[in-house]
Parts: sequence; structure tokens; C-alpha cells
Amino acid sequence: MTQPGFLELLSFGPDGWAKALLAGAWMTILIALSGYTIGAVIGTFGAWAKISGGRGLRVAADAYTTVLRGIPDLLVIYLLYFGGSAAITSIGRLFGAEGFISFPGFLAGALAVGITSGAQHTEVFRGAFKAVHRGEIEAAIACGMSRALRFRRIVAPLTLRHALPGLGNVWQVVLKESALVSITGVVELLRQSQIGAGSTGLPFDFYLIAGLIYLAISTVSSIAMRQAERHFSRGVRRG
Amino acid sequence: MDWDFTQETFVSLVSALPLTLALAGTSIALGAILALALALARTSGIVVLDWFARAYVFVFRGTPLLVQIFLIYYGLSQFPAIRHSIFWPVLREAYWCAVMALSLNTAAYASEIIRGGLLSVPHGQVEAARACGMPRLMVFRRIVLPLAIRQALPGYGNEMISMIKATSLASIITLMEVTGVAARIISETYRAIEVFVVAGFIYLTINFLLTRLVQLVEFKLSPHLRQPENAAQAAIAGDAR
Repeated sequence: MTQPGFLELLSFGPDGWAKALLAGAWMTILIALSGYTIGAVIGTFGAWAKISGGRGLRVAADAYTTVLRGIPDLLVIYLLYFGGSAAITSIGRLFGAEGFISFPGFLAGALAVGITSGAQHTEVFRGAFKAVHRGEIEAAIACGMSRALRFRRIVAPLTLRHALPGLGNVWQVVLKESALVSITGVVELLRQSQIGAGSTGLPFDFYLIAGLIYLAISTVSSIAMRQAERHFSRGVRRG
Repeated sequence: MDWDFTQETFVSLVSALPLTLALAGTSIALGAILALALALARTSGIVVLDWFARAYVFVFRGTPLLVQIFLIYYGLSQFPAIRHSIFWPVLREAYWCAVMALSLNTAAYASEIIRGGLLSVPHGQVEAARACGMPRLMVFRRIVLPLAIRQALPGYGNEMISMIKATSLASIITLMEVTGVAARIISETYRAIEVFVVAGFIYLTINFLLTRLVQLVEFKLSPHLRQPENAAQAAIAGDAR
């Protein structure tokens, strides 16, 4: 068997893996985006609980962020993947289903990524809220804005502006974390590279390509983030 | 929760703890040396070194650690030249591949933290040292490095915690450290929650102790920022009077 060269692997031809790898990259982006969105929702609630929740909520939110930032993400993925499968199997048994039902890897992965990034989102939102000037909120109260209006027009936009750099960092972390989801068998970029490496006997080429694709995604998204930061701080006077 | 099972799990997970700690300790130590070299390259003002360090940090921070581990563990064996070289006995071992990937990875993150520390050293301190007649190397050893380390310590503490967490990825290349053993028990028994709680407890304990250790070192390294003990006692006594 003749081994295909590096560039042949990247082609769309019969020996080429370009299509499969691009599909894998798309799946990686999907996992990362879903996880990021779940994390943002959790983070919003977490930050709210930490800022204006009662004692119980605050303790719960503190415990959540401390625990999730202190344990490996891989452990959370195992918990959701195997725990979810065990739960579904026992539910299935109630309805008379036979044998083992496995939890969808995509769902387990996205949830796990979301839950771990939620802890970081919480801290980012909380810090950003703290950076909002008290005076801005007081001015809004003085104008007679209701709580909801104040949140929508003043607090949320200002918090988001302060949160943007932090949100960009969390996105980069989430993107890299999505590689761990490959252990659940979801065919994302890394899993696809493993498959390619296995069937061609060229692990170095495939993992190198995977690394380059990750690098490309993270570079493009960091450029986009910088643009967004510039866009949303148009009204801010600098130095 | 089944108490007997939990206890059994705890015992088997704790027996995997030395491997986790060895992985983390070795790679943090090796990574620190590399990180210092990278930070110095970055602040050296020599264009080639500067760009090399920039590219290194960009590549290692922009790709997932798991890809780096796979590239070293599975990827390098693709080349017959490496398989027949004297490094093969080392590169064949999953342990050393994991240590290598973790060290190279942490060096990228830590070099930025150390660089921040180096940049934070006030210029006046360096000037004063130069005025005392210290040669460059001595200024670095006695003035710049201690001040930079003190400044970089909180950030470095976070990086060390990330490394403890990152050792869990070694389980994917067959190393049976804490997460590896946990995954094995979960896939054998499907009792994810109990195992998760025990493993999580172990990681949280390590990270808690590590945080306290870093705080202690930070405290020891900043006597100049504290009130002298006698003065503090005098102040308290003065208040009472």
C-alpha cells in the first residue's frame, strides 16, 4: 500500500479527507457553540444569584463555581455521558425496553462543556456587572426607569460591553474543550482525525491538520472578537 | 449513595493519586524552566527570539491540549527515524509523552504570566541596582527575578491548578491516574454519580491545598508589604489605651 502524501490527504479526491475533516470541524463548531450558549445562560443565572440572590442562592452559586473550576472537565463529560446513559437505560426499563440505551454523545458533550464554561461565564458576568458605574444606574433611577427597563437599556448593554474581552477568552477555552467530547464518539474534528489516522497509518499528518484547523478557527474567532469589542465600545473615550 | 461502594472507590482512586501528582509535578517543574526561557526570549529585544516565543505561545495556546498529546504520543511513532533513535525508549512511554505535552503546553501559558511579572518590575529598582554596580546577571538574579516571581505568583497559582486538571487527559493515552481509574470504575459499574463525587472531592482537595500553599508562599515573599509585628502590637495596644 502506498501512503498518500500530506497534500493528497487535504484534497477532495478519492484519497482526500478534506470533506470529512471539514464536516468534523463543523461539528466541533456546533458543539462549541451549543456548549457556549448553555454556559452563557447558566452564567447569567449564576451571576444574578451571586449579585442579588438571597443567602441560599449565593452559597449555591459559589459552590457551583468553586467545584466546576476545581475539577477536570473530562470528569464532567464522563459523568454526563455514563450517568446519562445509566439514567436513560433505567427509564427505558420502566417502559419495558430491553438492554442498554446510550445517551447521545453530542448532548452529553454540549451539556458538559456548557456546565463547565457556565462557571467561567458566571465570573465574567459578575466582574463585568461590578465594572458598571453606580452613577449610570442612579441616573436611570432618577429618570424614573422601571427595574426591567433599567436592566434592558442600561445594565445589560453596559455589562455586555465590559464582559466582551472575558467572553472572548471563555470562547477560546470552550473551543479547545470541545476536543474532549471526542471520547463520547461524536465525530468532531479530533475524532475524525483519529479515524483518518487509524485508516491511513499517518497519525502525525492527521493530528497536525487537526491542530492547524483548530488554530485557524481560534484565530478567526479572535479577530471577530476584536472587531466586536471595537464596535461595542464606540462611545468610550480612550486615554 | 452506597457507602461501601463509595469507600471502595475512594481507596482505588487514592491509590492512583501518586501518578496524578507525579505528572503534574514533573510537568510544572519542566514547564517552569521552559516558560522562563520563553519569557526571557520575549523580553530580550532580539527579534528572532521574540518572534519564536510569540509563535510558540500562539501555537500552543491555540490548539487543544489533547491534540498536542496525540501528536506526540501517536504522531511521532509514524517516523521510522524516531522509532530507531535513542529517544524511542522515552517516547514510547505514555508517561513521558504526557509529561512532554503537558510541559510544552503549560510553558506557553506560564511564559505570558512570567512575562507580565518581568514587565511589572519598576525600572527604578533596576536603575538602583545598576547604580550599586551590580553586573547584569546579578541584577537579574537578585532584583528582577525575585520581584517578578512575587508579582507573577497569583497567576502562576491558577496555572498550576489548570495543570492538575489537565493531567486528567493523560487517562486518554492509557495512563491510569485518578480520572483514568474513575473512568474505568464508571464504565464497569455505571454508577457515575458516586465515582464523580469521590473523584471530584480528591481533585478539589488537591487544588484547595495548592491554593493555600501558593498563598503561604505569597505571604512569605512579601514581608515588605506587612506591618512589622512589634508595630502592629503597639498599634493594637495604643488602640486599647
